Formats: sequence, C-alpha cells, structure tokens
Amino acid sequence: MTQITQRWACGGALLAVFCLAATLAASAEIPLDQRRSSYDLMSRETRAMQDDDAANPGMLWVLDGEALWRAKTGTADKTCADCHGEAADSMKGVAARYPAFDTASGRAVDLEQRINICRRDKQNASPLAYESKDLLALTTYVARQSRGMPIESAADERLKPIVETGRVLFTRRQGQLNLSCAQCHDDNWRQKLAGSPLTQAQPTGYPLYRLEWQTVGSLQRRLRNCLIGMRAEPYAYGSPEYVALETYLMWRARGLKLETPAVRP
Amino acid sequence: MIPTEAIMRKMGGAMDEHGDGQTRRGLLKAAGTIAAGYAAAIVVRPAQATPEQMRAAMRNVVGAAPVRKGRVEIELPALVENGNTVSLVVTVDSPMTAGDYVKTIHVFAEKNPQPNVIGVHLGPRAGRAKISTRIRLADTQTVIAIAEMSDGSFWSAAMDVIVTLPACVETE
Amino acid sequence: MARPLINVPARVKRGQTFEIKTLISHVMETGFRYTATGERIPRDIITSFVATYNKEEIFRAVLYPAIAANPFFSFYTVATESGTIAFEWTGDNGFSATESASIVVE
Repeated sequence: MTQITQRWACGGALLAVFCLAATLAASAEIPLDQRRSSYDLMSRETRAMQDDDAANPGMLWVLDGEALWRAKTGTADKTCADCHGEAADSMKGVAARYPAFDTASGRAVDLEQRINICRRDKQNASPLAYESKDLLALTTYVARQSRGMPIESAADERLKPIVETGRVLFTRRQGQLNLSCAQCHDDNWRQKLAGSPLTQAQPTGYPLYRLEWQTVGSLQRRLRNCLIGMRAEPYAYGSPEYVALETYLMWRARGLKLETPAVRP
Repeated sequence: MIPTEAIMRKMGGAMDEHGDGQTRRGLLKAAGTIAAGYAAAIVVRPAQATPEQMRAAMRNVVGAAPVRKGRVEIELPALVENGNTVSLVVTVDSPMTAGDYVKTIHVFAEKNPQPNVIGVHLGPRAGRAKISTRIRLADTQTVIAIAEMSDGSFWSAAMDVIVTLPACVETE
Repeated sequence: MARPLINVPARVKRGQTFEIKTLISHVMETGFRYTATGERIPRDIITSFVATYNKEEIFRAVLYPAIAANPFFSFYTVATESGTIAFEWTGDNGFSATESASIVVE
C-alpha cells in the first residue's frame, strides 16, 4: 500500500471504528488481568531485536547516557554521578514510578523534566530540549535501570487529580475525526487498523527505539504522533496536558513490567 | 481526486521519511495526467530501480556465469511491520574449508530506488556462511541473494516480502 | 557519537566457530529523501565495514543506502589464536570509526 493510500485507509478505518463505537456505551477500562504490553503483538523479529542487548539499537542511547552521567556539565561543573553515584544503584526503580509529584512546583513532572530540574538546580546547566540526543540518552539510561520492574507510577495520593485529568484527556472525543484515545486503545485493542495490530497503548518501554523514527524517542513524541494521526491538534512538548496523559497512562499500566529500551515498529 | 505534489507536501514530510520513492512514483504518474500548468513544478527523479537496473547490478557481480538456484537460504519476515528496518539473515550451505568456501554474498532488492543492498566478502576463516543485518525495503517486492563459491560457481535464492507501514503515520 | 557496541566472547575454545555482533550509531541517510521544499538531502552512509582478527581480514561488507539506520551486523569466525579482533567503519563525509576487543583462545 502506498503511504497516501495508507493514510486514507487509516482515516477510513478509523471512521468505521468510530461508527461502530458510537453505538456502544462509554469506553470501559481494560480489566486489570487482561492488560498486555504491546510487546505481545509484535512480530517475532521485532521482539528478537528488543530482547538482545547486542542487537537492540536503543542500547546505543543507553551507552551515550552512561557517558553523559559521568560528564561534568554546567557552571557548577558537576556530574550526575557526583550526587547520585552509580546509576545502577541510585536509579533502580526510579523510572517505574514516574511521572512523579514535584513538591517545589506542586505539579507532576516526567523523567525528562526531572532531569532538567536537576540540571538547573544542582548543575547550573541549561535545560536539554525534548527529543535532543542528550536528553534521550540520559532518560533512556536512567529508565534502563528499572528494566524488568513493575510500574508503580501515580501511587502517590497527590497525583490523583493529575491522573483524573489524564483520564479525561484519554476518553474525550477530539480532532477532525471526533475520536477518543479510549475508543481504539480500550475498546478495540484486539483488532487491526490498516493491517497493523491495535495495541492497548501501555507505555512500558519508553524512551524506545521506534523503527518508524529510526531513532529513540520519548512518550511525548509518540503521543504527538497519535494526535496528528487522529487529526487532532498536538500539544507543545512539555505541556501539562502531556504530563497528565503520561501520568494517567503509567497509572493505567501499573503492575506491567518496564521494558526500556523497547523496540517498536 | 489525485493529489498534486503541493498538496502532498502540505500533508507533511511523512512521504519523505522512509527514504523510498514509492509515493512520489504514484504522484509522478498522476502528475503526468494533470494539466501542463503543474508539469513545470515537477522534477522527474528515479524513484524505483527498473528490472533492467537490477539485472545490470547482478551482472556486475556474476558476469556471464550461470547462476543456479539452491544452497542459499534467505530469512526475512513474510510480513514486514516497517520497511525502515527489516531483519535479514542469509545462510549458505558450504563446509567453509580452505578448499571449499563462500567467497561473496550479494543481496539485491528489485523495487528499492537502488537494487544493491549489501556485498559481503567471506573466506574459509568464517567457519559458517551466515550473515545477519537490517535492511530497508521500499515496497512489497522480491529480495535476491547470490553467493559466489571458491570454485567460481554462483548460487542464488529469492524471497517475496510484503511491506506494510504502521497505521497512523507520523507527519512531523 | 556513541562508541560502537560490539559483542565478542571473551574466551573461546580453539577451533570453535563463534558469532560476532556489532552495532553502530549512524543515520544512514539514503540520498533519496527530499526536504519539504524539494531539496534533496544528500547521501550520508557508512560504505564499508571491515573486521580483522590479528590483522587478518575475516569479514568485509560493502554497504548501500538500503542498509537500515544504526547498522547491525552478525557474522561468524573461527577461533585461531588469542589476540585482537578489530573493526573499522568508513563512510561518506570522511566518516571513520574503529573499535576492538581482546579474545582469549584456549
């Protein structure tokens, strides 16, 4: 199928789904015991790429992140290691409970924002932009330290209102197709959309290497892709809407194991 | 209504993302039927290897020697999730001894913009004639591998692959 | 730029055939893509990858734009002597990267 045909087919298929879903009741959450990582829906070859550290392209970003962890930066001339020591010890479990509540600002922050807060406050360094090589490398390196651990995000009571905001964003209709995230990812995740399996959208492996991007990218980048694909207006990187969505999605994925760095098509 | 190039560019860079000319090919075909006013804005580019180009690429490797089917095995997913990164394994049946080994393996993709994919030089030190890499495939097509043996003979295998794209394609 | 990621067993039995895996960060720009305003993005790929074992060539690949970004290779070689397995990637725009690993053959 050519790309353009694919895109029209996507829109057409989405319309078909929408018509079907419109006749059903409001989207229901996936029962806890039926939740699955998208890993289960991938081809054998893509899974093999993720499973082998010697072949997983995301590992190149982990290596880069390790070098950055030990590099002096900012006018304070400090490395991450100066405060945090070995990441394998200090960062174990951290990514599995992000986004987290930042007491100083009274808001939820994702891992990328936490790294930038540290850079600003402790290293006197300028913030790294979303999707920049350095921020992706550091985030992937930190998240890698929680690989295999169950996601425990948003267990903090203070995050409850942000989880709710995220849930509203996930379940409300939006964009030119008047479609909600939930209509595909809660209600129709067993089906196929234009030949590709519809996943449950559990963000178990971020930052991940997406074959489509041919590079590692963040969950916010993936959410942008979704919104554009749905013909809805994407938010700006770092916006509270994205962080609320990330918080809700990670809460929705609680108990599933973190896979960073994952590989996805 | 067949989209013109201007409209396709406004739809975003997605058609550029994959390093393939397939949508541009469709576009150029369509463009040819649109009024001359648009024709000036369109530049013709080679978007896909012709069968002639692939045959010429293969002749470069093989010369006039006959190519026999067999001894070569291609492993590719029958249905590719994303043409940007496709796992490829080529195995050649050979004892890989000093007197009987695989000299080269060449891989071709008939519908990529350029037919050559990779040329590998092995030798008896390899121990096993099995190579693995990741390739780009622009479209549903046939992939061909040709192995040259130490005795000068050529052997080949071909495999058909269906290439899909993820459904909701990124445009920025 | 990241160091290449190579996977070579540390110790191998003499005469044993073993697998080597390599991964390197590289965009592998095909030269067939265009910007939104129609300019061709020039080709920028790794064109050659060579592996040597105690300075003797054991694997050589000529790469074309059809090789995916962040090239991965897996191939085999026979354990002969202890020593060094060295890798070199060269490409467009003067790209050059090297890496090596020691191997003990018992």
